[in-house]
Amino acid sequence: MASSVLSLASATPSASLSSHEIEKGKLNLGNSSLCFKKEKTNPFMKTKSVGRISMAVASNVSRFEAITMAPPDPILGVSEAFKADNHELKLNLGVGAYRTEELQPYVLDVVKKADKLLLEKGENREYLPIEGLAAFNKVTAELLFGADNPVIKQQRVATVQGLSGTGSLRLAAALIERYFSGAKVLISSPTWGNHKNIFNDARVPWSEYRYYDPKTVGLDFEGMIADIKAAPEGSFILLHGCAHNPTGIDPTPEQWETIADVIQEKNHIPFFDIAYQGFASGSLDADASSVRMFVARGMEVIAAQSYSKNLGLYAERIGAINVVCSSSDAAARVKSQLKRIARPMYSNPPVHGARIVASIVGDATLFKEWNAEMEMMAGRIMNVRQKLFDSLSSKDKSGKDWSFVLKQIGMFSFTGLNKAQCDNMTNKWHVYMTKDGRISLAGLSLAKCEYLADAIIDSYHNVS
Amino acid sequence: MSTASTCATRCSWWDHVTPALKDPISAVTQAFLADPCPYKINLGVGAYRDDEGKPVVLQCVREAEAKIEASNFLESTSTALSSKLVEESAKLVYGEDSDVIKEKRFAGIPALSGTGACRLFAEFQKRFYPESRIYLPDPTWSNHRNIWREVHVPDRTFRYYHPDSKSLNFMALMDDVKNAPDGSFFLLHPCAHNPTGVDPTDEQWREISSLFKVKNHFPFFDVAYQGFASGDVEGDAKAIRIFLEDGHSIGCAQSFSKNMGLYGHRVGVLSVLCNDKIQAMAINSQLQQISRTMYGSPPIHGISIVSKILSDPDIKAIWLKEVKVYLVSSFFFRFCTLFDFHYYKDDWTDSLSIISKCYKVMATRIHRMRVILREALERLESPLNWQHITNQVGMFCFSGLNRAEVYLLEKEFHIYMTPDGRISMAGVTTKNVDYLANAIHEVTACDQDAKILHNTDAYKINTDIRFTSLGTSKTRARGMNLAL
Repeated sequence: MASSVLSLASATPSASLSSHEIEKGKLNLGNSSLCFKKEKTNPFMKTKSVGRISMAVASNVSRFEAITMAPPDPILGVSEAFKADNHELKLNLGVGAYRTEELQPYVLDVVKKADKLLLEKGENREYLPIEGLAAFNKVTAELLFGADNPVIKQQRVATVQGLSGTGSLRLAAALIERYFSGAKVLISSPTWGNHKNIFNDARVPWSEYRYYDPKTVGLDFEGMIADIKAAPEGSFILLHGCAHNPTGIDPTPEQWETIADVIQEKNHIPFFDIAYQGFASGSLDADASSVRMFVARGMEVIAAQSYSKNLGLYAERIGAINVVCSSSDAAARVKSQLKRIARPMYSNPPVHGARIVASIVGDATLFKEWNAEMEMMAGRIMNVRQKLFDSLSSKDKSGKDWSFVLKQIGMFSFTGLNKAQCDNMTNKWHVYMTKDGRISLAGLSLAKCEYLADAIIDSYHNVS
Repeated sequence: MSTASTCATRCSWWDHVTPALKDPISAVTQAFLADPCPYKINLGVGAYRDDEGKPVVLQCVREAEAKIEASNFLESTSTALSSKLVEESAKLVYGEDSDVIKEKRFAGIPALSGTGACRLFAEFQKRFYPESRIYLPDPTWSNHRNIWREVHVPDRTFRYYHPDSKSLNFMALMDDVKNAPDGSFFLLHPCAHNPTGVDPTDEQWREISSLFKVKNHFPFFDVAYQGFASGDVEGDAKAIRIFLEDGHSIGCAQSFSKNMGLYGHRVGVLSVLCNDKIQAMAINSQLQQISRTMYGSPPIHGISIVSKILSDPDIKAIWLKEVKVYLVSSFFFRFCTLFDFHYYKDDWTDSLSIISKCYKVMATRIHRMRVILREALERLESPLNWQHITNQVGMFCFSGLNRAEVYLLEKEFHIYMTPDGRISMAGVTTKNVDYLANAIHEVTACDQDAKILHNTDAYKINTDIRFTSLGTSKTRARGMNLAL
């Protein structure tokens, strides 16, 4: 996740509280000042209450004494460590947020235009319906499935606007928990770190299917198929539509067909997480081909979308959950239940991001411009991959095959480095990455490829 | 074993998914939108409308947006903005000079408006007090129950609204608070109670706070209308300040939907008071974790608008004026009502034109509509007592209309409101108020028995109650238990 939500009201924790602070219990507000001791008395001590006389009673022990610090988020923790580093050659390859060649965050031109248009329009800020902005829901489904897709024409898709990928996944998870009690979700090993957290908090059991093969630094296809086959019938199989996170390894079209066969065979439900449509190949349509293939087979499919990366709208939290059903009646019912889940979570989704996406995707000129910018962003990443590969191949004389850098796709690359080697990357070379060996190529410039190659070669060969 | 060819004939995975019951509040809007009648009125959802019935974008919001660098949000800026929002929001609700603020004894996190803040707290409560319950006022906003139920925290109610007098049932409230087990979690509306508009007086709040202290209850405030109730942001936070004075460590869900008109942007804050900064950090980390698996973080656009408004003194001044009821005009209203001074909309405008011309004043308009509606009903010589229309506070009026009457209003008069008879005063305008008064009069005055029904058993008992509530009376109002 690019944007951190932490809102630390306090500055730094004090190592110890002065006794004065502990003893202090005097509050002066307005014209009534009360004095009471902050003792650790029995909070359930009862006294007879007559008006306001009983102020000297129960102490003000916080009920949240026992709460411990939650562990830091592994991905955002990397950015924090990077910020703290003063080395001039430091490189942040941690979080998957797109950067320009100058390593600056990039606001898409189409987004700036759309934002400006919205500002000029001066639209109202009324509540959206629970399912979100209708114009957005329409274009997002069309973008994913294709405007001419029969499932859209037959109104067989339940689309509900969600808070980016995370929020959309959570809605689907809650739906699974409610209607498929006990059913498991299978997630790839490895997968995006937050997937398991989402399913845990939604109380949906999960297990893993093999995916990454460290020997080949590629896909363990046989392991994947075997594990999907072995799962209890009617499981939900979480698939990355394109640009797998964190490995960058996608199945080939033929492999996708086999995966679909097995899923149908076992009566599983395919559950796509599409966070990078357009970012993998540069083509929005091409990147949706895996999902479209499943849908074309007549399968019922769940698909979560995010516009955080491909429109750079990380902070606006815009995405959608789509459930393709075999009938429009089922779609209507499913949609109503998704709404029922959203209402006690946040009532209705935020309007701004939805309007931006709707205006871009819904306008032919802006949509064309977006396609071009998408190609440019994906293109930059492909160039960087090429340069990195070239640097690695020319500098490393050991004969190791570095071609996985080119074969992998999207923002991320699984380098195959182990934890100790990753530590070396950070400690010796000031290259920040996640400990699973993932680097974000979106944070790499052509200028830094050679330096990175040196770091990787050193870590790979000299550290174990 | 199924292949592609038999897929289409296979049953859907979703056959067992039944259609969800519609949310009672948004169902009203949907029904309204589907109605072709040209003079229909929507009194359902609590979103402010001007006298033309149009939504309003506040000037302070426009100014804030103009100053924000459009869509130029670095991750570091996002974090800084979120912190700023929490800081400023805490100052707003707890008071800039409160010790809690000075000592930074609070945990806070941006949330998806009031709903999101309540949900975060409910999840937090479940996580750290898994056996606890939540006590909700009877009635309360219909979504409160959904929220705590979703996280499997059972709810109980405490008596609040007295249907006969259409005011606070204070003795029963204190009784229920006393009878609840020590250390219970209570949800309170600090001002402009939704749906009744009935608020405790300052003195009553002091007594409630005292009793809470004795019982060691946890007060959780849903602050959805700060500034919107009386027009004064400080005054609307009085209940909270009273609890703070008494040393309670409270929790607060704040929403900027109404008081800044930012409904669709979903901006709010959850704060929890604690002993010290260290504990604040721990609680923050837990809240952050909860939100990360639900939606990541709230959208930055709304956060940046609110943090700009609250931290820029010029823009904040504009905001305060836009919600404000002027002392002169509010005194004037109370003066009029007190002495039965009847006036019509034109007289008022003439009298206060100099002041009212300058600013859009939301709370004033609402209050004005209350007066006009009540007066219109009295002019029609309605046999019923409509004092509660002007006694109640905030956006809503708990009219006392029963379900049958609400149904008639919809079918015969194309006037839409939630089945509990809650009217959103924001939907009343100078153009439709006479029509509304006539309609209400028609459906309530036609029947001799209507008066009795109206005053004693205004609400049907909802038999779909899974948990019993405090007290034994079967005829208590059940406005909150709508069809769900």
